[in-house]
Amino acid sequence: MHPVLTTVVQRLGLGILTLFVVSFIIFASIELLPGDFGQAVLGQAATEETVAAFRKELGLDQPAYIRYFEWVGNVLQGDLGTSFSGRAASGVDRSRPVLELVAPRLENTLFLAGMTAAIAVPLALFLGITTALYRNSIYDRSVNAATLTTISFPEFFVAYILILFLASLNPIFPSLANIDATTEFWDRIYRTALPALTLTLVIVAHMMRMTRAAIINLLASPYIQMARLTGASQREVILKHALPNAWAPIATVIAFNLAYLVVGVVVVEVVFVYPGIGQLMVDSVTSRDIPVVQACALIFAITYILLNLIADVIGIITNPRLLHPK
Amino acid sequence: MSQDTLLEIKGLKIQGFSDERWHDIVKGVDVTLKRGQVMGLIGESGAGKSTLGLAAMGFTQPGCKITGGQILFDGVDLAQLSETEKRSYWGNRITYVAQSAAASFNPAHRLIDQTTASTLRFGKKSQAEAMDDARALYGELNLPNPDTIGDRYPHQVSGGQLQRVMTAMAMSPRPDLIIFDEPTTALDVTTQVEVLTAMRKIVEHFNTAAIYITHDLAVVAQMADFIKVLRYGEEVEEAETRKMLTAPEQDYTKSLWSVRALAKEPMPEQEPILKIKNIDAAYGKVKVLHNVDISVPRGSTVAVVGESGSGKSTTARVITGLLPPSAGDIEYEGQPLPPKLQDRSKDQKRRIQMIYQMADTAMNPRQTVREIIGRPLEFYLGLRGQAAEKRILELLEMIELDGRFIDRLPGELSGGQKQRICIARALAAEPDFIICDEVTSALDQIVQEGILRLLMRLQKELNLTYLFITHDISTVRAISDQVVVMNLGRVVEQGTKNDVFSPPHPEYTELLLSSVPEMDPDWLTNLNAARA
Amino acid sequence: MTQTSQTYSAKDEATSFLAQRTAWDRTKILLKKSPFTARFGMIVIALYVIVAVFAPWIAPYGEAEVFPTPYAPWGGDHMFGTDQIGRDILSRMIYGARNTVGIAFATTILAFLIGASLGLAAAINRSWLDQFISRSVDVLMAIPSLIFALVLLSIFGSSVINLIIIIAVLDSTRVFRLTRAVAVNVVVMDYVEAAKLRGEGLGWIMRREILPNIMPPLVAEFGLRFCFVFLTIAALSFLGVGIQPPTADWGSMVRENASLIQFAQYDLKAGLTPLLPAAAIALLTVAVNFVVDWFLHHTSGIKD
Repeated sequence: MHPVLTTVVQRLGLGILTLFVVSFIIFASIELLPGDFGQAVLGQAATEETVAAFRKELGLDQPAYIRYFEWVGNVLQGDLGTSFSGRAASGVDRSRPVLELVAPRLENTLFLAGMTAAIAVPLALFLGITTALYRNSIYDRSVNAATLTTISFPEFFVAYILILFLASLNPIFPSLANIDATTEFWDRIYRTALPALTLTLVIVAHMMRMTRAAIINLLASPYIQMARLTGASQREVILKHALPNAWAPIATVIAFNLAYLVVGVVVVEVVFVYPGIGQLMVDSVTSRDIPVVQACALIFAITYILLNLIADVIGIITNPRLLHPK
Repeated sequence: MSQDTLLEIKGLKIQGFSDERWHDIVKGVDVTLKRGQVMGLIGESGAGKSTLGLAAMGFTQPGCKITGGQILFDGVDLAQLSETEKRSYWGNRITYVAQSAAASFNPAHRLIDQTTASTLRFGKKSQAEAMDDARALYGELNLPNPDTIGDRYPHQVSGGQLQRVMTAMAMSPRPDLIIFDEPTTALDVTTQVEVLTAMRKIVEHFNTAAIYITHDLAVVAQMADFIKVLRYGEEVEEAETRKMLTAPEQDYTKSLWSVRALAKEPMPEQEPILKIKNIDAAYGKVKVLHNVDISVPRGSTVAVVGESGSGKSTTARVITGLLPPSAGDIEYEGQPLPPKLQDRSKDQKRRIQMIYQMADTAMNPRQTVREIIGRPLEFYLGLRGQAAEKRILELLEMIELDGRFIDRLPGELSGGQKQRICIARALAAEPDFIICDEVTSALDQIVQEGILRLLMRLQKELNLTYLFITHDISTVRAISDQVVVMNLGRVVEQGTKNDVFSPPHPEYTELLLSSVPEMDPDWLTNLNAARA
Repeated sequence: MTQTSQTYSAKDEATSFLAQRTAWDRTKILLKKSPFTARFGMIVIALYVIVAVFAPWIAPYGEAEVFPTPYAPWGGDHMFGTDQIGRDILSRMIYGARNTVGIAFATTILAFLIGASLGLAAAINRSWLDQFISRSVDVLMAIPSLIFALVLLSIFGSSVINLIIIIAVLDSTRVFRLTRAVAVNVVVMDYVEAAKLRGEGLGWIMRREILPNIMPPLVAEFGLRFCFVFLTIAALSFLGVGIQPPTADWGSMVRENASLIQFAQYDLKAGLTPLLPAAAIALLTVAVNFVVDWFLHHTSGIKD
């Protein structure tokens, strides 16, 4: 088998294994719940019978490994379980399937993340590459000082500053990003503008600094100096000599930051009361609605693992040593 | 400027930025090079020879700047040109061959595309013509499969081949001047011969002028019409090659020969202090030593020579116990020595000491000389406080350093001083057997001589036994009593220095010895005639 | 160059030597040459430390003291007004320095104790132990730490102790990776081999040969990790699952007063109230980042 293929398959295998272990950890979290949990969810007034029924529904009367495989099987079929909320001591069950709660919010979060990435990735690459090329210029130093500062800001600080200036003092954008399934596309963009802008500011700083470091590292390679000494123009050095070797580091930078975006989205959604999966997760943590927390965590972890996987695969398939084996 | 002068450098000054200030690197050097001439540029580390070589192209490394003088190439002052204007010379009329070909080729492109890139950029030939020409050059440089080797990627060919491909790349645009920057320094001697032969042939064929930068006089003697010696960024002297070799004027230049003047008196036979018998060793599943037998007489110096991958350093690791052998025995003073380090007694560990190639990495940069030398004193001999201090001062005196060094950190010492401290640390244990692993390879010629003299003096005074691992034949000639030749994990030959160095030789010893450049401008010509 | 100095003598070499500076001289020179940003950072950090240590003496009112007027305006008895249940904002800001910074600091220390010792052990051992820890860390790092923290907090509940342990364990993975990476480079050095050959024990090699040589990157990492932990805890508190009331904490204060920002167009000062604790968080992280940036630049410069 071609070494590139072998390495990619190995990496995919590792990715699947990681997913498996991560799913196990997330599942195991329910095992760690204190014994009187059923009582806590259903309230003090719940009878022993309803608590027992609830425990049975959770499958707590079966061995853990059986429940794990059942859970994984259900997840693979799109069944994420049933929410804890909406249950009452009386045994009346108004709870909803987790999938129903998660699906529309996931869509909203993907919209926000996608919108941010569409602005942030090109902008960060542009800033990172240009500052690396004009290293130590005034342009480079000011961009660097600015990004070092932005990196240090908590997301909610950036968010509230934007709200203060762009929503409160100058009512240009709405400070609450309340959208629902019926919101028109352009209206959606308008309402999502501030959260997306906040995330962009945070992500661009990180991504730009990493891109700059990667490019500087690359430009210090002896073969780049050699290319200059053969009379190659700056343009040729960049496009023909640096770029073919830059895919792997750039893919890593982008994946790392998109993964960071996944986390950043949680805080930003809460600030702007944006109906996304991050806010859902925080609400569920507060109300200790474990099935929803598990589902959200699983979705975040899968995204995170997939992004890193893609970056590694790009690194593998652009590596000349693997592409052209001895 | 006469009609046939190609390059004229006048009063060139270059500064470099380090430690927050500007330092002079080149301090007013003149160069005159005629068309078709080859100039050898020689000097030790820090002499500014590479900086000067690059400056001949009008190029300065990042962090350096030209502060004075002219670089007249064919009448045009390169120092005054803009970057864009200089680029029309680079890869066109002036080309460059770097020291590390492996790092200097772009891993993402085929060799032939990189060979022809500058020729095509300046529109000198059509694509097909340039490709054909590159293949012809590969053939002329004796590369294997010249028609197809260009289709390979840099990591797919060996270091010696890569260096020749880089020479083809430099020759492809038919430049007026090629800068060779230490092109064979990283290669083994047997490979070096092939590369040197190829480079000389092609430079002569196209009558190209060249500047050949190296620290090795014997190598430059094969290439250059005349030689310029640099030291501390200034010219020491310049002369035609034969004259420079036979009658150098300056003391500094004469001292560059000095290591070859060192010699050791032959010594009477002694009983062996260390014997290793039928040793096999492996790293994981890769077997690196095959049936190695070495016997080291007490009070003598046994030199182990070989090229990279010969197993000479592995042999040292086996003796120290870091790599227990998979088969065979080690005997010390007639007693078996446990193969594993942790099974050896403190006294056994004390009696075998080691000195490393890189003094920089052999000493903890956070410990002072007092701690470095004091630790074995305390550990093996239980010396502390006043007694230890007194002994450290004695040891410093033995290695010809004075007591003020006692509170220094390694970073505050020069290369030669560091290696002396390492010697003192080994002596502190009061050993009788010292393994010297390429101890002079990282040092300048002149410092090497000092270290070798010191080692020889200490051997006489303390009756020490040395196992001296090296790839440098001239060092072997200078200091050894016995020689072990190794190749591909096997002992090729072992015997007294005279036996090994006088014919007849086994095939590999012959190849190795004959590949060592000699201070004779005709050496390479004669060697190739003899081998043909 | 004069001719006399061109001959070689061992004595020349052996006695040529650079002037020596004491550690104190070096520190003074270093501080004198430090850039403006680094000095600014050091002053800010010093101020925070003073405020945190002397909080009870500096704060005008108690941490949880409730006054009759909620959302009192700036000025008068309450310099920055009062919060939604009438507690003095300034006092809570001052106590917040102690709580927020203290908890983050304790967490970072714990993360380093765990991560650095495991990292060192893995770097020296390089066998099953290394494999086991490294693979476990890979898995832990495959889940974003904020998300993992949320899951764990939902199970164990939000107490300060839980918070410190959970964040420290999650963060120690990064400390482990860094320590292992730098220590592996030191372990292969000849001076470590020389110590092994001498017969030194594992403890001596770790303490005397390796640790001193990996300190600079670890110190820099401590600064960066502290920022990260500090921001993570602030984010969790802001989300309402971190440090719980009535403990004064900057992250929660932002959340509690967030709605005031809507009134900025009527009363700018009131609108700024939620930004005060947020700015306090940002200022400290900026300061630490400036100092670390300079420190990294300086220590990497020495190697050249």
